[in-house]
Amino acid sequence: MDYVRYIDRTRAYYHSQGYKESYRWAHFEDVPFARLQKPLSECTLALVSTSDVALRDENGGVQNVDPMLMVGNVYSIPSDTPIERLYSRQEHYDRYATHLDDVNSYFPITRLHELAALGKVGRIAARTHGVYTAYSHRKTLTADAPEVLKRCREDGVDAVILTPV
Amino acid sequence: MCHQTVSLVSRYLEENGLPTVVMSVARDIVEHVGVPRCLFVDFPLGNPCGEPYQPDMQRQVAAMALELLETAGKPRTTLQAPFKWSKGEEWKETIFTEEQPFLEGEAYDNWVKAKETYRQLKSEGKL
Repeated sequence: MDYVRYIDRTRAYYHSQGYKESYRWAHFEDVPFARLQKPLSECTLALVSTSDVALRDENGGVQNVDPMLMVGNVYSIPSDTPIERLYSRQEHYDRYATHLDDVNSYFPITRLHELAALGKVGRIAARTHGVYTAYSHRKTLTADAPEVLKRCREDGVDAVILTPV
Repeated sequence: MCHQTVSLVSRYLEENGLPTVVMSVARDIVEHVGVPRCLFVDFPLGNPCGEPYQPDMQRQVAAMALELLETAGKPRTTLQAPFKWSKGEEWKETIFTEEQPFLEGEAYDNWVKAKETYRQLKSEGKL
């Protein structure tokens, strides 16, 4: 079966739910393109994700986050955090078909460390970065993306892998 | 929305000289925004890096994404991972349909709250 066209599917779905205006997805004709400056096996790689990964506290409890901070904004988590301490607060996934219990199915930090150990990539950057989805394209492009770039540069990052949920 | 945000961040990083690859289950959204490199995984929303608790598959998917960083020769390069969802493809017909409300209960309330927060910040000129 062919892949799902989410733009068409969600438009029809939200119209059926009584929403009259269609969401305007960001769209660009031109696409930038940067090349690796050295072999991947010598590169520092950062994981950046919108999967809303968070850190459990020392007792295994979950955090409360101010909802005002969850419309856009960037946060970082050390890449060597034990996987058992990570979880996702994300609710926008296909809960009929799957679950978010295995962090590596949307935030593949263990897999990336393994690939680094195999020499496929030089090293994994000290920090991973999370970006909250802003409803404003402009906020993402003028505030959050520059903050991700700044943090990547601080960590000497050469390439970035991005994952949504 | 998640897919749009990662795509926008990918574009910004590339404009500033940092190569990126996006792992995606929503191919149309990522291609609509326009990114340099996309590894498309034809799985339900939530698992763009392989099926849960399938570390071998996840490692292969991650390795394919990394290879794209080296092998893609031009922007808008999309590669599809050669895996099928093990429980069949029925989810493709039922996602975002009235029979299966995408968000319900607390998740729906949180979504409405997030949109209200957005409108409030926007009206205050903070976005």
